[in-house]
Amino acid sequence: MKQKKDVQQGTLALMLLKTLDVLGPLHGYGIARRIEQISGDLLSVNQGTLYPVLLRLEQEGAIASEWGPSENNRRARFYRLTRTGHRLLDAEKRDWEQTAAIIARFLEVKAEEIETGQVKAQGRA
Amino acid sequence: MRALYRLITRLLNVTAMCRGNERPGDARLREEMESHLAAQTEANIRAGMTVGEARRRARLKFGAVEAIREDYHAEKGLHFVENLWLDVRYALRMLRKSPTFTAVALLTLMLGIGANVVVFGVLNAVLLRPLDVSNPQDLYQVRHKQWMTGRLLTTSYPALEDYRQRNTTFSGMAGINGYSHASLSWRNTVSKVSGDEVTGNYFDLLGVQPDLGRFFHEEDEHGPDSAPYVVLSNALWRSAFHADRGIVGTTVEMNKHPFTVVGVASAKFHGTERFVWPDYWLPMVNQGQVEGWDSLHSRASMGVTVIGRLRPGVTAGQATDNLNAIAAELAREYPETDDGQPLRLVHPGLYGDDGNVIRGFLWSVDLLALLVLAAACANLASLFAARAADRSRELALRVALGSTRRRLVRQLLTEAVIVSLLGGAAGLVGADLLLGVLNRWPLFAEAHLAASVDGRVYLAGLTLALGSALLFGMAPAGQVWRSNPLQMMKGGQVGSMHLRRFALRDLLLGAQIAICTLLVTASLVAVRGMARAMHAPLGFEPRGAVLADIDLSQVEQTGDAALEKEKAMIGAVRSIPGVTAVGTVSRTPMTGGMHGVPIFRPGTTEFKLNNAVLSPYVFSMSPGYLNAAGTRLLSGRDVSWQDTAKTPYVAVVNETFARKMWGETPAIGQRFILNGKLTEVVGVAEDGKYHDLQESPHGVVYPPLSQIEDSGAVFVVRSERPPNEIAAALKRTLGGIEPNAPVTVQNWSDTLADELLPARAATAALGVMGLLAAMLAVTGIFGMAAYSVSRRMKELGIRGALGARRAQVVSAAVGRPMVLLGAGSVLGLLAGIFASRLLARIVYQADPSDPVVVGGAVLTMALLGLAACAIPAQRALSVDPSKLMREE
Repeated sequence: MKQKKDVQQGTLALMLLKTLDVLGPLHGYGIARRIEQISGDLLSVNQGTLYPVLLRLEQEGAIASEWGPSENNRRARFYRLTRTGHRLLDAEKRDWEQTAAIIARFLEVKAEEIETGQVKAQGRA
Repeated sequence: MRALYRLITRLLNVTAMCRGNERPGDARLREEMESHLAAQTEANIRAGMTVGEARRRARLKFGAVEAIREDYHAEKGLHFVENLWLDVRYALRMLRKSPTFTAVALLTLMLGIGANVVVFGVLNAVLLRPLDVSNPQDLYQVRHKQWMTGRLLTTSYPALEDYRQRNTTFSGMAGINGYSHASLSWRNTVSKVSGDEVTGNYFDLLGVQPDLGRFFHEEDEHGPDSAPYVVLSNALWRSAFHADRGIVGTTVEMNKHPFTVVGVASAKFHGTERFVWPDYWLPMVNQGQVEGWDSLHSRASMGVTVIGRLRPGVTAGQATDNLNAIAAELAREYPETDDGQPLRLVHPGLYGDDGNVIRGFLWSVDLLALLVLAAACANLASLFAARAADRSRELALRVALGSTRRRLVRQLLTEAVIVSLLGGAAGLVGADLLLGVLNRWPLFAEAHLAASVDGRVYLAGLTLALGSALLFGMAPAGQVWRSNPLQMMKGGQVGSMHLRRFALRDLLLGAQIAICTLLVTASLVAVRGMARAMHAPLGFEPRGAVLADIDLSQVEQTGDAALEKEKAMIGAVRSIPGVTAVGTVSRTPMTGGMHGVPIFRPGTTEFKLNNAVLSPYVFSMSPGYLNAAGTRLLSGRDVSWQDTAKTPYVAVVNETFARKMWGETPAIGQRFILNGKLTEVVGVAEDGKYHDLQESPHGVVYPPLSQIEDSGAVFVVRSERPPNEIAAALKRTLGGIEPNAPVTVQNWSDTLADELLPARAATAALGVMGLLAAMLAVTGIFGMAAYSVSRRMKELGIRGALGARRAQVVSAAVGRPMVLLGAGSVLGLLAGIFASRLLARIVYQADPSDPVVVGGAVLTMALLGLAACAIPAQRALSVDPSKLMREE
């Protein structure tokens, strides 16, 4: 059986921002569906956990919300990325890529390389 | 920046919440969640599920709504503060709901913490507050290793000079003679003052500054009588000189010699003895003018207390070795006078070695006070545990609803901390009031001991409060931690659970009773010791006698004339109607500062201290003193006026002296050498107490006044008339003979009150603790018994209905507390017997294995137990089975 992954703290916000970046204004349910689709069911997100993050990002000014009609003509709150949100997304993305790169490098390193100090050289290069 | 922003919004959120507003963002969150669930449900229905199933799936997928909301708020507000606030409010509500419980808990803590704060306040004032000199930790006082342990004066002035010059370990050494007395005349007023004669470097060594003028220094001294300067204490300056700032530079007369006032000490400075406040300081080189004699050149007169400040980096051990090496050198150079006794160093402040006694006493009392608090904590722990057990269903429900155990424990601990802080605050206030009373008490007032609640005491109080909160909060918290919600919900009183749940409380009650018994034993020991002290054979009878002190310092007289005058005075007093006996003595017993005088066997040629056989106290007396004092003459005769400097030297000795010198051989007619004179024993008097009540039998020699040059005699007058009448008559009579000498008359018993004060204080302290302990024992046993009866009402009812006899019901109801009482008491008594060494430090003749004490303690505990169990037992007996069975 496939083991589902828990979402790491902080990564949910990044996923959320990216979703809004790609798809434009979207309501909560839509965002949840979208994250589910992209992660291909590998990620077990209690959909509910999304909302506290949404609220927080909105309070921080990264996203803004307004009422609008949903696909099946219900009233729903649509979220969109603000300019701050774009900046935040870029920053978070860079952060994440950096972290991922570092981790990746750690995973690649073999014992001999550490002994000969190649890692250091690589690091500097 | 972002972090700051978050913090600010969080704080705002918390304050908004505390004002009772709805949590911000909550409505929004709920709205969004609902709309999400609706959308998901709709999608599920479209996928072909039934409505119910669709809703269920949607919820499952969404996750725990409430938990998410909680998490959100945890992040939004300051989680900890918020929860704390909730806990505090809840705890206060719970406490308000059970006022009796709260009152009992608060009172218990107030007493426990209050007692500790008072004791600690005194301890702080006496021991912990450093002397008001610079770097008191480097300051040491030189003491002899043995012999004459009661003496503060240890060294001769020439020897001090030698130590000062030869040592390599002290940055400075100063000498003090704290027994200086003088008549101070200024503008036609004469006042009797006492103070210190000190070496010139004294103030510089201590590193203190005057309030006014200057101190004298080493440079001021140029040999005997070269420095007629005096430094006034702040108190004397205020009382005798009306705080006149112009006093500096003027001349006053000290015992008719002019001295220039050079400065006034600061109000805080009072030398190096904590309980002594000298009126003045003057250079030791001018001792001769004030005292009429000086010890500056005699190696034989040990008139100096030595203090010294260690060089940086030198340890007390190194300094002691250094001094002892010098002492050995001096003993070789001056074998006649310097005996090379080993020296040691103590911190000055508490009368030299008496410090150990005082320290021991205070720490022991402190320990007992802590025991009271421990008993109080045990008491509260069982109270809280019982309460937690009563609330077990509530607590179980909360666990079942998703509250974490940590949360519950925190809630219970919050309650405990609130109770203990409130109780501690009450205790502090009470202690503050009590310390205020203590400060007005003569013992404290005379010693200027301001035992007050300062920062350190507050800190101690807070520590005690929090510490006890942890102690008694742990019991219920532990119970909750281990509890199983399912079991608790099903109904608490399952048989096997019953026994186990009580185990902790049993232990607590047992410990509490043991501590209480120990304290009750201690207080009984104290009361018994006090009773003994009151009736201890003093060797004299203070009741019915008055002391008249005639101050002859202003009267010039010498040798024979003085003696004749004294004889005339005694004759005159004897003829006052109602006076049955009169005599004079150099000083009355138990007036402090006694020191032995070395005596030698006949034939001794070298009067070195090492050759001395005994060091008895010496009281020179007039004929008739023994009779007037009520000291029985066991054999031989009293001294008489016919014993003069021209006849052979004689003396009366006491039993101990006779036994130590000559064993079973009759002492009358035996000889010894006192002050270089061959003296014959003419009488043996009964033993008594001479320095304090605790002393072991000590040898005493009573030479006749007429053969010894001694001044400062005290009249002991025994009469049948009331003391005030006699006092007036005495003043008249003595004033008639010597108009210029003021006379003070006192009841002898009154002068001894001070001597009994430590015993009284100890009795009071231990008595109060015993009382507190007894109260705690009663409440503890009562609580336990009452609780177990109320929990087992139903069972007892059934037993009653099934025909159990009354005795059986009672034993079922209060049997366990009684068993605990027995076991705890035995433990406490054993502890008391083992603690006898501790008690001996506090109480005169402490003997916890004394049958009266053991019996008293057992009886007290039994009575307390009976009293505490009576009401619960009564309740158990009056159970109405039919009524009970209908309940639940």
